[in-house]
Amino acid sequence: MIPELGQFALVLALGLSLIQASVPLAGATIGRQDWMALARPMAAGQFVFVALAFAVLAHSSMTDDFSVRYVAINSNSALPLIYKLAAVWGGHEGSLLLWLLILATWTLAVAFASRSLPEVFAARVIGVLGIVSVGVLAFTILTSNPFDRLLPAAADGNDLNPLLQDPALVIHPPMLYVGYVGLAVPFAFAIAALLTGSLDKNWARWTRPWTISAWVFLTIGISLGSWWAYYELGWGGWWFWDPVENASFMPWLAGTALIHSLAVTERRGIFKSWTVLLAIAAFSLSLLGTFLVRSGVLISVHAFAADPARGLFILLLLSVISGGALLLYGVRAGQMEAEGGFRLVSREAFLLLNNILLLVATAAVLFGTLYPLFLDALGLGKISVGPPYFNSVFLVPMLPMLVLLGAGMHASWLSQKGETLARKLAPAAVIAIISAITVPLVVYGGGSVFTVIGLAVGFWVVLTALWDPITRALPRKTRPLPLSRAQWGMSVAHLGVGVFVLGVTVTSSFGIESDQSMRPGDTLDVAGYSFAFRDVRQVEGINYEAVEAEVEVRRDGQLVTILTPQKRVYRVQQSPMTEAAIDPALNRDLFIALGEPLGGGAWSVRVQYKPFIRFIWLGTLIMAFGGLLAATDRRYRAVPQTSRAVSSPQPATESV
Amino acid sequence: MWRYLIPIALFAVLAVFFARGLNLNPGYVPSPLLGKPAPSFELPKLKDPASTIASDVLVGETALFNVWATWCVGCRQEHAFLNEVAATSGLPIYGLNWKDDRAAALNWLATLGDPYTASGFDEIGEVAIDWGVYGAPETFLISRNGTVLYKHIAPLTAEVWEQEFIPRIEVDCGAYPCR
Repeated sequence: MIPELGQFALVLALGLSLIQASVPLAGATIGRQDWMALARPMAAGQFVFVALAFAVLAHSSMTDDFSVRYVAINSNSALPLIYKLAAVWGGHEGSLLLWLLILATWTLAVAFASRSLPEVFAARVIGVLGIVSVGVLAFTILTSNPFDRLLPAAADGNDLNPLLQDPALVIHPPMLYVGYVGLAVPFAFAIAALLTGSLDKNWARWTRPWTISAWVFLTIGISLGSWWAYYELGWGGWWFWDPVENASFMPWLAGTALIHSLAVTERRGIFKSWTVLLAIAAFSLSLLGTFLVRSGVLISVHAFAADPARGLFILLLLSVISGGALLLYGVRAGQMEAEGGFRLVSREAFLLLNNILLLVATAAVLFGTLYPLFLDALGLGKISVGPPYFNSVFLVPMLPMLVLLGAGMHASWLSQKGETLARKLAPAAVIAIISAITVPLVVYGGGSVFTVIGLAVGFWVVLTALWDPITRALPRKTRPLPLSRAQWGMSVAHLGVGVFVLGVTVTSSFGIESDQSMRPGDTLDVAGYSFAFRDVRQVEGINYEAVEAEVEVRRDGQLVTILTPQKRVYRVQQSPMTEAAIDPALNRDLFIALGEPLGGGAWSVRVQYKPFIRFIWLGTLIMAFGGLLAATDRRYRAVPQTSRAVSSPQPATESV
Repeated sequence: MWRYLIPIALFAVLAVFFARGLNLNPGYVPSPLLGKPAPSFELPKLKDPASTIASDVLVGETALFNVWATWCVGCRQEHAFLNEVAATSGLPIYGLNWKDDRAAALNWLATLGDPYTASGFDEIGEVAIDWGVYGAPETFLISRNGTVLYKHIAPLTAEVWEQEFIPRIEVDCGAYPCR
């Protein structure tokens, strides 16, 4: 009975979303206050019913109700409770329900926080979010009902994919989805602006904190995925350019460009049509990711079980939402003329270059991801595109972007004397280059050109990011204005970028991998550490059995740690999993993974020394923290003065 | 103003590719052996370890080459259909008994019927590597002059047989059933 309640709640939510997607938008067009006023109650009601549906599925999973097909496929009675909860979003249908819950939550937040916005505008924003919700609810109910029954009920469940039975994977999908789906908010703001026919600095100020918030979650979500891949997949890489990784990375790149473009629109009232296009692109790339992951058009290790009918539905959804938005853009964007220009050397010019380079990178990733599909569709053969392509085409726009980033932070709006800027930043450039040459020589005894370039760029970004906070802290005759929280946010986020670049450079330049056959008693030396293979034994986990090796790590005779990598076999699905053992430290990870038994007591063993790999995720966390600071700047929390004046019913042409 | 329509135009092109992509199977990789001579081999016969079967049996008439094993569930699934093909198609079916146990394989043929003209016993899987086998069952269609015409991975079904095999057999043999 209870699962049917969930299905009923979904249908009711669809009913409410249909009203939310139509009546307020129509009301905004013809100026009916009472129609527009329906937007918020519908959003709230929809949240209640989607949350109820989600709670029902969670209940079915946690109480082992294997008469629900989804639970029977994705859970098991022996699964630890936390993974029974994670199983709710471990499969296709349940993850859609999570998607819906997150969309409903964002919409509710917008409904609450938009009281200071003009009524017409708020009604349109909530209405557009309603359209997205209608599409995804219909998709769920018609093609992917999580409450389908399995009769007769299964005796036990098929278990959650063992790869997903991991703490990071419990929070990775929710974080990622909060980011993906959050990009629907700037999308809705952009469509509302196009419908209204005009857009001003206030629009950018309302849109920006929402965009940054979504971006913060997306950043954390992608990082968690990368971290998980590093320790769980057993080969010690942190990014594979897999289509599904790319699907999450492209909205991030577009979202990053959007945040910076919004800065220009907020400050100077220019780049308007460009900003709107980026807002549409960022969310469209999220939807595109959903399509790629769930339709089976590309091969990926992450993909959900593919179903052409579902693929067709998402393609229709994508065509209606993104196609419709781009069509509206094509018709209306021309009306958004810029209010002013800018000089060749100015903050605006740097931000424009940043945007172009980020978009080039996005396009390169998109092209590489879809290239196998293009060739196949044209009958030109089957290929796959791997890391060598992505690494090189991604670096080409990114290296200049990082160099420009350091300078752009210090350029003034409107116009900047190039000479002044050069004089201010020359010390940072000199320090960065000298450090990039000396550090690898002193610490690692050498390095390639690539190492020096990477380190120089990394140090440059770190130094330029810290320049203002540090020079302001120095005693001066005249006290400069304190930095605003948004300025702190910018410095911190860019510091994160620099830390990330340093981590990537060092770990790829000086990381050591060694694949060996080892038997108990053998010792292997890697990067000054000796790994002594002591013993192999059987161990039992709650729902798996494992072979565990004991490896003693010593440096100069001193015991560093004892590592216990495992090879697990999960009982239900009988799939073998590699559980790498890692001794983490800020300056280096020692990584050991157990491969296959080679007979005669020998095992294939992969030992890795990964210097400064933690900087990669530390950097992304710093970026996210910077975003958090920027999103909570005072000017976004204050009620805008101007909007009060226009909060009465307005004709459709009212400018916002 | 037309420049604002560039994004929708690009999107439309992408959407067409996606629509096309939905009907493609990215996991399907055609065998590189297609159109090439069947890889040569010489193996002991399953039923008579003392004598051998060699790849020259594949030359001279249209034939099937089927990879099977008793540990393979899909092979059991397709076996009845293979028996039917052996009885009705007029084609000889040569088997590659892959990484199997001889006693189990003989027992299998005795109980389920033997559609094979002869089977080679590939105990260590050497020949299967030359043939690019990555899972049983696989079925190759070999032309009269000994080249690989088609390869099907997964159990053979009536549908696949009608759509993929019969038209090719008609071309190569001149008629179906062959002879």
